[in-house]
Amino acid sequence: MLSSRHVLSIADLSADDIARVLETAESFAEVNERRIKKLPTLRGLTVINLFLEPSTRTRTSFEIAAKRLSADAINFSASASATVKGESLRDTAATLGAMACDLVVIRHRFAGAPRMLADMMDCSVVNGGDGMHEHPTQALLDLYTIRQRLGKLEGLRVGIVGDILHSRVAGSLVRALRIVGATPVLIGPATLMPSRPDVLGADVVLDLDEVLPSLDVAYMLRVQSERASGMPFPSVREYAALWGMNAARLGALPSHGIVMHPGPMNRGVEISADVADDTRSLVLQQVEAGVAVRMAVMYLLLGGADSGAAA
Amino acid sequence: MALLLRHVRAVDPSVGLDQECDIVIRDGRIVEIGQDLSIPKGETVECAEKVLLPGLVDAHTHLRQPGREDEETVASGTRAAAHGGFTAVCAMPNTEPVADQGAAVRALLELAASEGAVRVHPLGAITAGQRGESLAEIGDMVASGAIAFSDDGHGVPEAGLMRLAMDYVKRFDVPIVSHCEDATLSGRGVVNEGVVSTRLGLPGWPAAAEEIQIARDIRLAELTGCRLHVAHVSTGRGVDLVRQGKARGVRVTCEVTPHHLFLTEDDLTESYDTHLKMDPPLRTAEDAAALVEGLLDGTVDCIATDHAPHAPHEKALEFELAPFGTTGLETALPLVCTHLLASGRADWADVARWMCHGPREALGLPAVRMEVGCVADLTIVDPEAKVDVAPDYFCSKSRNSAFLGTRLLGRATEVLVGGYFALRNGKVVE
Repeated sequence: MLSSRHVLSIADLSADDIARVLETAESFAEVNERRIKKLPTLRGLTVINLFLEPSTRTRTSFEIAAKRLSADAINFSASASATVKGESLRDTAATLGAMACDLVVIRHRFAGAPRMLADMMDCSVVNGGDGMHEHPTQALLDLYTIRQRLGKLEGLRVGIVGDILHSRVAGSLVRALRIVGATPVLIGPATLMPSRPDVLGADVVLDLDEVLPSLDVAYMLRVQSERASGMPFPSVREYAALWGMNAARLGALPSHGIVMHPGPMNRGVEISADVADDTRSLVLQQVEAGVAVRMAVMYLLLGGADSGAAA
Repeated sequence: MALLLRHVRAVDPSVGLDQECDIVIRDGRIVEIGQDLSIPKGETVECAEKVLLPGLVDAHTHLRQPGREDEETVASGTRAAAHGGFTAVCAMPNTEPVADQGAAVRALLELAASEGAVRVHPLGAITAGQRGESLAEIGDMVASGAIAFSDDGHGVPEAGLMRLAMDYVKRFDVPIVSHCEDATLSGRGVVNEGVVSTRLGLPGWPAAAEEIQIARDIRLAELTGCRLHVAHVSTGRGVDLVRQGKARGVRVTCEVTPHHLFLTEDDLTESYDTHLKMDPPLRTAEDAAALVEGLLDGTVDCIATDHAPHAPHEKALEFELAPFGTTGLETALPLVCTHLLASGRADWADVARWMCHGPREALGLPAVRMEVGCVADLTIVDPEAKVDVAPDYFCSKSRNSAFLGTRLLGRATEVLVGGYFALRNGKVVE
């Protein structure tokens, strides 16, 4: 049902694939509003959440998605550093393969790990975030959320603000926005920009205030100072002053403009508390969409062919 | 014992030789070069269609012994060298433990004498333990047979310490071989900073991190008068810096590797192939073209392999965790034949310059010239021999070649070291 048997990168997906995921997610979103939210679609199939980097939110979202489709969801967590000294990713893959699972969701500290896993295993692999590379299901749920609120994707101008360099969310979102015909604009300190954003097809603006009036979406990234080598800005205070979303900046967005954040938020750093809780902030809608979109991805990878309609 | 090489095309630009001739070798030396020669007793080898070069030397080899004998040993590494057409290798000191004392240098030379298939020239560390803090016992190592000094694997972080080292080695007139990398700029980088780091979401290793130390070390060589050899130059600007240094009369030489010449960052794809993880990283196509230009205009003195064997389970790690490097001894000459000779960009005299005379002069090794009286360290190449770079091709203990799966044209079939065959009919002689 998708043109690829894995979702490792947004680049694996065609525009049709993305449309299909969003459309399928819509029907699952309805299911998620029912009192009994479980569907039998993936009954008897096993989904392993291989999370080799700490994550509660994403893992929980995938776990709920799998369980709502009646798959057996197993969490396999370890720190990637433990796998460096102990079992290698290859051995882990062989071990999981021997357990005959149907889909593995992998979150890993290092770019390319999902590809390694996919090359070694017979089952489908979904990238749940790899290093500084990609986090494709996040981008899909973001597209879903934007379309739900603004009614379209094509022609929108989406500002992604903050630590672009270390952000796999940005890595996937920029690629996804290009595919659906929206325009990504990367905004933030030059110390947190990739060296060649043109390769991703994005423009760069260092001054947030300059572009705010032109944005349909202000997508605030979490400041990940733990990933950077050397502090990439002088202080949190200065970062918030120059690139943080606050009430004044919310006012500078067009009236239909929305604010998003992949979570978890650093309130007072990249987003002020009042904006985080504003009706124009879609942070919780993103989380909600996450479950439906991940259900759609799993369904299309595993069950789509033999189960007929989604719901 | 006498040996007659018949009908071989002998090429040596250092003596202006390029013609088909016969060569007689006796007691490890060349004793006669001419036409229609014969020997009363001994062995005659028919070499029609083959090319005879003065013995190739690799200026940059990691033999891994002591410490990582699972990856390579003096025995296996020198066999790989013979298989690739080399009569000698220059062994880098970043073993475990680091070769930073005379005893380690002597131990390596003893191993080479008892187990080596070709000659081994040891390098010693510049700084104790290659820690970049204080000078290693350079005099002790020179007395033991070290030919040059390098902290290869790292840059020497402090300019002041590098200056001390350059001043100190002048007493011995040996070169400093500089691995140029400012670690504060390369950081955790694993691929060239730019297109590929952005595309693959991998930490970038900017060209400037290399060029800044090349510029620094050339300036320090100018200041001290020390001989400087810049290892594995990977960028066009790096070559420019060496070109400018030479024009100013600085005693600087440099090398480039086959992987930086014939691969680029564009070869790195979503497959995250760790065989293409190098230090310095594969650069842009423009850089690779500039390295070739540097060879052709004489700025670049030699092609060196940076032969870096690695255990398969380590290369099988995630890209950011896997070790840097590719094996190179057994592919260097076939790659040069395939990409530079076959295309007509270079001739056999160039190959002799880049792989024999260049490295010998840069590292102060005894010259090998194709003339009567010279030691018979010689390489015979079959330009038409095909090489399928497959795992079973290698004599090295390791298979981590960036060129696996390629088909190359031209390889050494015979290697003579001191008049004895180290390689014969393409097979290493035991």
